[in-house]
Amino acid sequence: MGVSTAVESSDVPAARQGLSGARLAGSDRLWAVAFATPYVAVFLAFVIYPVFYGLWLGSNPASYRALFADPVYPRTVVNTLLYLLFGVNLKLGLALLLSGFFLRKGLWTKTLLLVFMLPWAIPALPSYLSINWMLNGQWGLVNNIIWALFQMDGPPWLDSSDLALGSVIYAHIWKWLPFWTLIFVAGRMAIPRELYEAADVDGASVRQKFTQVTLPLMAGLYLVCTLLSTIWALGDFNAVRFISGGGPALSTHVLATLGIRNAFELGDPGLGMATVLTALPLLIPLVILLMRQLRRNEVTI
Amino acid sequence: MSAANPGFSRARSARMGQAASKAGVAVLSVVLLIWTLLPIYNIIRVSLQEKEEVLSTSVIPVAPSTHAFQVVFNQGFWLLKTFWSQMGNSFYIGVIVALLTLAIGTLTSFTISRMRIKNGWMLTHAALLTYVIPMSFLAIPFYGIMGKYGLTNNPIAVIAVEVTFATPYAIFIFQQYGASIPIELDEAARIDGASPWQIFYRIYLPLMAPALVAIGTYALLLSWNEYLYAFLLLSGGSVVTVPVALGKFLAGDEAPWNYLMAAAIVYAIPPLIIYYAFRRKMSGGLTMGGVKG
Repeated sequence: MGVSTAVESSDVPAARQGLSGARLAGSDRLWAVAFATPYVAVFLAFVIYPVFYGLWLGSNPASYRALFADPVYPRTVVNTLLYLLFGVNLKLGLALLLSGFFLRKGLWTKTLLLVFMLPWAIPALPSYLSINWMLNGQWGLVNNIIWALFQMDGPPWLDSSDLALGSVIYAHIWKWLPFWTLIFVAGRMAIPRELYEAADVDGASVRQKFTQVTLPLMAGLYLVCTLLSTIWALGDFNAVRFISGGGPALSTHVLATLGIRNAFELGDPGLGMATVLTALPLLIPLVILLMRQLRRNEVTI
Repeated sequence: MSAANPGFSRARSARMGQAASKAGVAVLSVVLLIWTLLPIYNIIRVSLQEKEEVLSTSVIPVAPSTHAFQVVFNQGFWLLKTFWSQMGNSFYIGVIVALLTLAIGTLTSFTISRMRIKNGWMLTHAALLTYVIPMSFLAIPFYGIMGKYGLTNNPIAVIAVEVTFATPYAIFIFQQYGASIPIELDEAARIDGASPWQIFYRIYLPLMAPALVAIGTYALLLSWNEYLYAFLLLSGGSVVTVPVALGKFLAGDEAPWNYLMAAAIVYAIPPLIIYYAFRRKMSGGLTMGGVKG
């Protein structure tokens, strides 16, 4: 999904306020109600209702007792945190650095960017399935290459829990790095060139320009991206499902996949919902922080 | 760098710097290409292998063949028996999701920013709230609700959820894009006696065309790529979409990886074409993807 950057604030409603003259007249009001009804209906039927139904499903204390007694659960919480910590931060850090590279002019950079965007343009499933088989310990491409180059067996990527979690994080970064790089490219393009020219006049080095000009101006955007990416990664189901499948021995589940497993494979929706709801202490502060950042108008989604 | 080597002439150190930066670009390019293309090479490699070769230590296909693609095209494997109709399902669901997202999104953003209804901010906040709920967290209650409505194994259920999660972003983009259309146009039309519907249909929609293309593509791809809800809500039979069918390969003991990869490539090609064809239209709003998938 997109985050378009606007360093100059573009507060749509505020700009309009001056024009808003008379109240809506009678028939216009009917039109407005008719126009807004579809979205209101969708929101009530498919957001509000599921949210409250979900809260109700996950309101049984017995589910939480069962959940906390489940030996898989603590490992899942740790996995979720590691996935967010490493997946999101490595990805965004790399994206920030690469965005500087892709600002370069020239045909080669443009061509490279087209190739670099491929992981984002390809649907998640084919890529994840490919990575799954690529990392197969016995016949996967990676270990075949290791064998061809060094005549030794590569590690069993998906059969050890640490490596499997690392593989999931790798797949996540591979898939989403291009998207966030583009966001940061757009963010960097919004920085006035004069600032860099002034820095050049003052004899600033490349590193100084990055730390003294780029970083301070990108900080707001970077924070919003971190929050948004963390929220989305928290709900990410596909990477774990198709890279490690939660295995080996249920050791690489995250909350999103364990919730689905508990609800559907174990057939206990209450337990599944309880699993997912234990992410709320993390999710709610993230959402509040994000809202606060967005309201500052540095960035508009 | 030049400060560290005072003996160098300016031009010479500049040339050295250029050479170093060229080498840096070359190294970085190679790393990026390998990083990006390795899984893509793998999917193509496996799709060109025969069954026996899939389980081998080859890095480059020894005897590349289009056998797997023929199997996919002719639906000659039991998991691929209805592949083309699954492609049709994915497409059909995607188009409906795109159309509904466009309809609901434009109507809502028109009401909020052109008709300036009193409580428009509530709609914006509702959209924002939906945007920050991880999609997968609502899967369990959504499944239960669709069961109550009698919509399990019905594409309508999947369409409903995908429209729900595509509309908020549509509303943001439409509001942002709509801000560039002068409100005086609406006012002039209104003085001429146009009804809100006429203003919406004859002024707002045509001027919004670029945003409509961007969001339509976005919604289509979001739906085309979506796995979890399709997997839960379309359990089997003729309504299944391609991602669900691909996921089923893993359930078996010995997945025929060459067939799976060939089918996955065929499934990935339409969005790739759409992406690269519409890329320029998107670059303004960066609207493509579907991070929430």
